[in-house]
Amino acid sequence: MLTLAEAATLEAIVDRLIPPDELGPGGREAGCALFIDRQLAGPFGRSESLYLLPPFLDGTPEQGLQSPLTPAVRMRAGLAALEAHCRAAFVGRAFAALPPAGQDRLLSEIEDGTRSLAGVNARAWFDLVLQMTMEGFFADPIHGGNRQMAGWRLIGFPGARYDYRDWVERHGAAYTLPPVGIGGRPGWHDAG
Amino acid sequence: MPADALPAADVVIIGFGWSGALIAEALSAAGLGVVVLERGPYRDTASDFPPGFAPDELRYAVRHDLVVPTAQNTITFRNRVGQTALPVRQWGSFLPASGAGGGGVHWNGQTWRFRPSDFVLRSHLANAHGHDVIPSDATIQDWGVSYAELEPFYDRFEYLAGISGRAGNLRGHRQEGGNPFEGPRQRDYPTPPMRMTLAPTRFAEAARALGYHPFPQPSANLSEPYTNSLGVVIGPCSYCGFCERFGCGNYSKASPQTVLMPALRRRPNVALRTGAEVLEIARTPDGRHARGVRYVDADGIERYQRAELVILAAYTFENVRLLLLSGIGQPYDPRDGSGVVGRNYAYQTTASVQLFFDETRFNPFIGAGALGMVVDDLNAEGRDHARLGFIGGAHLAAMQSGGRPIQSRPTRPGTPRWGGAWKHAVARDYLRNVRLGASGSSLSHRGAWLDLDPTYQDRHGRRLLRMTFDFHANDLRMIQHATDRLAEIGRAMGPAEMVVNQRHGPYSVVPYQSTHNVGGAVMGPDPTTSVVNPWLQSWDVANLFVVGASSFPQNPSYNPTGTVAALALHAANAILTRYLPAPGPLVPR
Repeated sequence: MLTLAEAATLEAIVDRLIPPDELGPGGREAGCALFIDRQLAGPFGRSESLYLLPPFLDGTPEQGLQSPLTPAVRMRAGLAALEAHCRAAFVGRAFAALPPAGQDRLLSEIEDGTRSLAGVNARAWFDLVLQMTMEGFFADPIHGGNRQMAGWRLIGFPGARYDYRDWVERHGAAYTLPPVGIGGRPGWHDAG
Repeated sequence: MPADALPAADVVIIGFGWSGALIAEALSAAGLGVVVLERGPYRDTASDFPPGFAPDELRYAVRHDLVVPTAQNTITFRNRVGQTALPVRQWGSFLPASGAGGGGVHWNGQTWRFRPSDFVLRSHLANAHGHDVIPSDATIQDWGVSYAELEPFYDRFEYLAGISGRAGNLRGHRQEGGNPFEGPRQRDYPTPPMRMTLAPTRFAEAARALGYHPFPQPSANLSEPYTNSLGVVIGPCSYCGFCERFGCGNYSKASPQTVLMPALRRRPNVALRTGAEVLEIARTPDGRHARGVRYVDADGIERYQRAELVILAAYTFENVRLLLLSGIGQPYDPRDGSGVVGRNYAYQTTASVQLFFDETRFNPFIGAGALGMVVDDLNAEGRDHARLGFIGGAHLAAMQSGGRPIQSRPTRPGTPRWGGAWKHAVARDYLRNVRLGASGSSLSHRGAWLDLDPTYQDRHGRRLLRMTFDFHANDLRMIQHATDRLAEIGRAMGPAEMVVNQRHGPYSVVPYQSTHNVGGAVMGPDPTTSVVNPWLQSWDVANLFVVGASSFPQNPSYNPTGTVAALALHAANAILTRYLPAPGPLVPR
């Protein structure tokens, strides 16, 4: 769904939210941006299951989301606003061209509300990006993210094993089997 | 009336969750012709949540695949009078189900009996502690049914579902290792308790050392294979960690699918119509008798199903809304306390404690919805409520329901939400954290009720239900006390760090808390304070029964399903043995 330019910005963002390091792949290599793209193109991105009848009023925080804008619309608007800000503030440079420390600083400012972006609720947009990045990192790989089960390997989640009867009473033991997803696991397919 | 009137049925049941399915089973076994109308899709294990894709956290837990879309049906919410209620556009605090099996598909399986004193709450408190302990604005009341009357039906449900547990009180005799505070039961659970992982084991040790009486959570995730009285076989739980919000691919969580549907499918006198959304309960011109229901079928065509008996067995919200939309019963008016429909809405008051360990692996991915150890001492009758400054109570538990990583990967305090530091923290803390929970009671009170929203409508142009609710100060004091005790147990487990998540007001519909929404069509012996009589029969329409947690006059701390099921079976028994021989009010008005 996203354009190449939007995808490039998003790739850069997810790789700062989950940076590659000695523990394993970052958000880019794990496919978080592809995951987000697919989700935005589907029922979630279109708010297909949500009640979207008017009137839309500003409520209290306790009353929850009241926006008529779908995640796809909000994501696009935020990415555009971020790029507009970068090109104005950093002499025409795109977000992806900033050094990692500069990217982190900007994202932190958006997160804590000290940096606004023209025309969008920057904090809410950041929360959407962060939520979807984490979903992409930890959801089953069938959804396009968590490639090579990078998210699951990082924390030791065995995935869709679906049977731990032999492990219930092995208190404190390290689980030794590799993670497996709904579509199998890398070793099953690489051989072919 | 509508164009398409269908052949009349003996019984039409609205909703195919636990309540509707149990009543369909009981009435069809007696030979009645039963039509069940379910607003959601047909669902079964092999077609909708087989092991191949059942463990999809994104689809089921995050995107709520088994929950009713708010586009189809939602409620509006405000904390108090003076605010404008706004629609819950995205579910959060609770997740109302839809589809065959209802919430019975995606529940955790924590199966409780309420205590004998719960059913006589107001008179029990008044007798034991004096009227003064009850807050003046509390509208708590007795249920009109006793634990002793319900016991055979609790027993019947537990033996249909194969519940795994250990008795604490057999016919008045204390049993070691069970809940010493439970009411007397006629026999032990049909299957033994689940085996325990490390976290609940440590929790129980710490609690016991502090003088509490921990016991295994009674569980609808079965510890061993079980064949029920209908000849249906339920499988053993594999501790896969995908219960709440998921269907069980192993046939090992009790649900209408695993417990009842194989038997119902063989009965020619039961018809289940899915995608059938009921618009209204139609009555005779004098309003005293239900003639059937109007509904929209899966093709969007309006239908009229006539029936001799109407059973309203949808979720709490839709039970109350259909009564209001159909004009049955006097709507509650909070200004003067008159009326009954929508009165006494109550919730659940929850809190938690998060423990982080340096070394010990707890393997949170091993789990089941009702796998855990529980302490029920804080609900005990002997507690001095005058001294404590609140009424009600909570149970404390270490439940290991599955560490699914999109939603369950806590990190220690001070950890950023993203970046390299977050990554290191989540890698360290995921396997080495334990969550303890406190689940507390909820008073019904004058500031909490359900009515029809003045503004927002559903896709059929019908008014949405409006919830006005905030936590009562009594309940916040109660849960703070319980959470402090929970933290003491947590500290005794020896964590490196601990976070105490106290519950504060105001109530918010955003973070998930509990799908235990109760009341609004409550039961009782007095038609001026209840919608249905002790057999769940409408005081106003004798051939209408309203079944579900909507009948709870207030909410004890416990999960509701065991009592919802017992009340449904109790009502079905009354229909067969009392109502059908002499149709009419079972209690004179």
